[in-house]
Amino acid sequence: MNRPRKKNDTAAGSDTSPRLAARREGFRPAEYLIFALLTFIAFLICCALGSANVPLGRTAAIVWGAIRAKFAGNPLPAGTQEAIILMVRLPRVMSTALVGAALSVCGAAMQGLLKNPLADGSTLGVSSGASLGAVIAIAFGVTVPGLPFAGTMGMAIVFAFGSLMIILALAYKLDYSLSTNTIILIGVIFSMFAASVISLVMTFAGENVKHIAFWTMGSLSGSTYTNVLILRAALAVCGGIVALSARELNAFAIGEENARHIGVNVRRVKLTLMISVSVMIGVCVSVGGTIGFVGLVTPHMLRMIVGPNHKRLIPASVFGGAVFLMLADLTSRILLNPLELPIGVVTSFIGAILFVYIFYRSRRGKG
Amino acid sequence: MTLLDIQNLSVSYGEKTILDRVSFSVREGCWLMIVGPNGAGKSTVVGAVSQLTPHSGLVTCMGQNVRRMKPHKLARLIGVLPQSSAVSYAFTVEEILRMGRYSHSPGFFSGRGSGDEAILRRAAEMTGLADLLDRSVLTLSGGELQRTFLAQLFAQDPKILILDEPTNHLDLIYQKQIFSLVSEWLTQPGRAVVSVVHDLSLAKAYGTDALLLSGGRAVASGEIGSVFSREALRRVYSMDVYQWMEQMLGQWAD
Repeated sequence: MNRPRKKNDTAAGSDTSPRLAARREGFRPAEYLIFALLTFIAFLICCALGSANVPLGRTAAIVWGAIRAKFAGNPLPAGTQEAIILMVRLPRVMSTALVGAALSVCGAAMQGLLKNPLADGSTLGVSSGASLGAVIAIAFGVTVPGLPFAGTMGMAIVFAFGSLMIILALAYKLDYSLSTNTIILIGVIFSMFAASVISLVMTFAGENVKHIAFWTMGSLSGSTYTNVLILRAALAVCGGIVALSARELNAFAIGEENARHIGVNVRRVKLTLMISVSVMIGVCVSVGGTIGFVGLVTPHMLRMIVGPNHKRLIPASVFGGAVFLMLADLTSRILLNPLELPIGVVTSFIGAILFVYIFYRSRRGKG
Repeated sequence: MTLLDIQNLSVSYGEKTILDRVSFSVREGCWLMIVGPNGAGKSTVVGAVSQLTPHSGLVTCMGQNVRRMKPHKLARLIGVLPQSSAVSYAFTVEEILRMGRYSHSPGFFSGRGSGDEAILRRAAEMTGLADLLDRSVLTLSGGELQRTFLAQLFAQDPKILILDEPTNHLDLIYQKQIFSLVSEWLTQPGRAVVSVVHDLSLAKAYGTDALLLSGGRAVASGEIGSVFSREALRRVYSMDVYQWMEQMLGQWAD
């Protein structure tokens, strides 16, 4: 047998050189603009519609007037429509947008990290774990002096992280390859376990804890501007960390072994991302309860538009998640007006169908 | 110059010893073939050297203790091509290639290193992937996918390539492609290759050195001609390998 000879130096013929440098991996400014514009339109529509409709132009005028009054230091304009928009709708829609954005970023991050398109706060049981933490904090009066919400939120974050650790440890123990089915199965079982403990705690806690529907199906109806501020901070810091880890997420999405081989500090990156995800989920759950499947639906749809590269997928998820959850919240408000559905009913309805579809596709080979 | 030096490498799972004090070294320009029957511990050697598998013993690469190295520094010295890699998202060939440059600019805020584009272009051209750069890896054949990961490895530009049965499930044509690509890569100075190979003919054709394993122990190591002696192979494989190969491959002579 001949030993193969060295081929001709192909680099000399630069005519056939592939166009490498021409492409940008990240999100282009024009794309940011389009996504932001769509988000803003959805935002206005969601502020305008509801049990009492306010015309779009009037809505925009009220919001704009309030912003100007705020900066000029004048008192906010009074009136029924003004009150509805500024005191009820605006904080709610803003919270919804931020929760949607954060949950979608979490979903995208976990789907990349675990190389599993079905991973999400709700399918992995992280959200239920966070709910359990919040419920325990309320029932047993865990508080931080001076910061009334910090006890609940802190417990939700700690429990979210703990749940993620437990679920991953169990999954590794049972099935080292972390195949699609095992980890989701464990997540679902863990969710049911957490839900039963929540019910148990609530039985003892009585009046202290909100209705169980809040923790299982979620609601953003009571959102305040304080919620908005906290959500924005969590998204900026933790979402920022996730966005900056886009290259590492790409490597994990190809495979953890490949990530290790190309030189990713697997242990450190994983821990950083898991903490970021836990903080975001903990904050979201303590504000809006468990809103299922948001992180499953949006990244999946966006991957079809912007591709799987996390340099594009993460920024797109911020906008896409905001739009998706705002529209879901709008649906929950106006579908059976004046009755209001829990928002999780809408997201889970869409999410469960999509879950089956993704599962079916991945079982047939090519996801 | 010795690029990779392994001393008393042992791996055990609980009570079971998979590798028992295996030592070998790889010099510049060499292609070491790790051979042996099933269960000899071939892939375990690769796992331990690339720090995937917990092990005892000393692995030194260019004078540095591999265990103490930061992941990205290690990746600049040692690159690994696994048996096969299933991808579940529709990344493009170019995106996979680009990830090979990670170890040269790791961390949060570092973008592309200088010279990346030229190296990526060369890796794509060398592996014949220049026309496939925009393709989704989900649409590639097994051979093309393995070539993509080989190109990623070329882009990573390590000193030592470690291949774990790189052509295990591939057609003959792809086997030939992968092996000739690697031997082309090896022509540059300061490089070496270690590969686990099941096919002894393939090992003999491309290897310069060999490590013969049996039941987790090194039976022989050194220059491939001396390792592949009739007696040693007979002992390890419990059959006359020479006679068998002559019979099998002789069929194809015109």
